[in-house]
Amino acid sequence: MSHLTVRIWRGADEGEFQSFSVPMRENQTVLDVVSEVQRSQDQSLSYRFACRVGVCGSCAMMVNGKPRWTCRTHIRSLKASVVTIAPLRNMPRIKDLVTDMSSFIDKWGKAGNVFESQRDRGDAPAQVDPASPMRKAADAAIECINCGVCHAACDVVSWNDAYLGPAALNRAWSLVNDERHSGKKETMAAAMGDGGCGNCHSQGNCMAACPIGLSPTRSIAGLKKMSLLSLLGGSDA
Amino acid sequence: MPNAMLEMRLYLLQRLTAVLMLPMVIGHLATIMYATRSELTAASILERTQSSPWLVVFYTGFVVLVAIHAPLGLRKIMGEWLRLPSKLANSISFVLFIVFLGLGLRGVWALTGVAIS
Repeated sequence: MSHLTVRIWRGADEGEFQSFSVPMRENQTVLDVVSEVQRSQDQSLSYRFACRVGVCGSCAMMVNGKPRWTCRTHIRSLKASVVTIAPLRNMPRIKDLVTDMSSFIDKWGKAGNVFESQRDRGDAPAQVDPASPMRKAADAAIECINCGVCHAACDVVSWNDAYLGPAALNRAWSLVNDERHSGKKETMAAAMGDGGCGNCHSQGNCMAACPIGLSPTRSIAGLKKMSLLSLLGGSDA
Repeated sequence: MPNAMLEMRLYLLQRLTAVLMLPMVIGHLATIMYATRSELTAASILERTQSSPWLVVFYTGFVVLVAIHAPLGLRKIMGEWLRLPSKLANSISFVLFIVFLGLGLRGVWALTGVAIS
């Protein structure tokens, strides 16, 4: 049986890559390889996963320099003889392949991403026309599962600590297009504030890396357009 | 959040100046190509430019837009790539604004002789 060489990050911010040799199999994902190393070679290896089928978004790591869901990345598709696996970029490292995602999650809050409603349980359910432009704009952004891949792919996040990042702003875009959301003014103020949509350089790394093909780039462009209109309209949000 | 909105306004100012400059850059390049390919001498070029009030308006506007646009872009580069503190980047950008404006208007003056006549 032929073998595959994997280099896996060990340590926290300080550390080094450790090489392992893993049997090559017919059907094998990057997550399978990490699990095999942990179970049969070094039980002290730390990593995160839950569902193994691309639903939960917990197993994202840098694979040969690109952020990916390891459970949905076949070794075969990498077409590389050596696979290098590192923790997600742009987040503090805790141990091995595990990152501290709290700054990423905090930025979701800072982007004004708390749904507010004026309705209560006595009201009839809101009628949202599926064909309305706002609903369609929200639809295009709404499937995000918060895995952090786009955040790791974004260069602006790596340059500017204050930048909220593609995932948080994508969420803000789906909220300002939610007809039921009553805190649109607050959401827009946060999304166009310091660290907001104006920092995006439209490089599109987030869009290229998103495992489910969302385009935070387009969502952020929508926020920029909305900011322009609101500032030209004389209001501050 | 006054500072936050200032940031957004500067961002929009940079985008708006970019939009306005686009046709001006094309006009500027077309003028240069015409002037250098039609075998005009420096003296005859100056003779034409110095008698054109339209050029004064065009290039004064262009210089003002450049002086606003370029330092705003450099300010971002200084913050993101050179990691300069924002106050330092702001100060350098403001100095660049003055320098670009001064050099540019000096150029317009030389080209059109607006202050001589």
